[in-house]
Amino acid sequence: MTGVSVGILVFPGSNCEYDVASVLDNLGIKTKFIWHRQTDLDGVSGLVLPGGFAHGDYLRPGAIARFSPVMTSVVEFARSGRPVLGICNGFQILTEAGLLPGALQKNAMLKFLCKEVELEVVSAASCATTLIQTGKRLRLPINHFEGNYTCDSNTLDDLESNNQVVLRYVENPNGSMNSIAGISSKKGNVVGMMPHPERACDDLLGSVDGLEIVKSYVANL
Amino acid sequence: MKFRAKVQVWLRHGVADPEGHTVSEAINALGYPGVTDVRMGKIVSMTIVAESREAASHRVFEIATSLLSNPVLEDVIVELEEA
Repeated sequence: MTGVSVGILVFPGSNCEYDVASVLDNLGIKTKFIWHRQTDLDGVSGLVLPGGFAHGDYLRPGAIARFSPVMTSVVEFARSGRPVLGICNGFQILTEAGLLPGALQKNAMLKFLCKEVELEVVSAASCATTLIQTGKRLRLPINHFEGNYTCDSNTLDDLESNNQVVLRYVENPNGSMNSIAGISSKKGNVVGMMPHPERACDDLLGSVDGLEIVKSYVANL
Repeated sequence: MKFRAKVQVWLRHGVADPEGHTVSEAINALGYPGVTDVRMGKIVSMTIVAESREAASHRVFEIATSLLSNPVLEDVIVELEEA
């Protein structure tokens, strides 16, 4: 994987960028932090939008981040078919930016959720699940207030029929439509998910299931 | 011309409003009768200088729909008065 590097976007308020970097580093992948004011993506082969609270989640999660200077290049990068993975707040930013359809609203019952959940891999056609067998169950942590995926019924039909639902909760924790935990763009190169695979890549953290997602992503670089 | 604009952001009908629901339950718990349909929204106010009322209104509406609200979830109401 010489010469291959992953750009990890950093907004004011991002807080999972070092976790993502550490996991990729352990897999021998070079990472570069890309500050949100940068407009040049520095020749990276893939992008990760990490979790956190970009711009304080003011207005709505992702609402202000979507207008950060870097996002014009991110949209171009995504349109070119290269892998873009948004985790948690990164997923929220991707929907606000229009790179993924729908939106993430407050969890049903107004509960902030921070726990490990069971997920089913629904599609292997996305850049984050290429190496995983459809139907496989993974245990990953979730950590969010706004993870309740919603969209209009036409969009939902499209997502289901185009194989764009990537991950589903086995037990719906947040009221998400069709128990959706992660989706992809039509081409599969842009993926957003609420669970944190980067926090489940070491036995010490209770699960290594996240590695399957990270390794799939790396295989697409 | 100078205007004072007020943008109201409301969750669209049919979108779950857990805050409104929770506040509604609190109102009921306090014992006030006859209160239903409690909804929570946001108000954003701003001063804007523009060449005409139409131009100001157009600009504020654009801000309201691109940044202040997410059309998947929310509706906006824009009010404008000369400052």
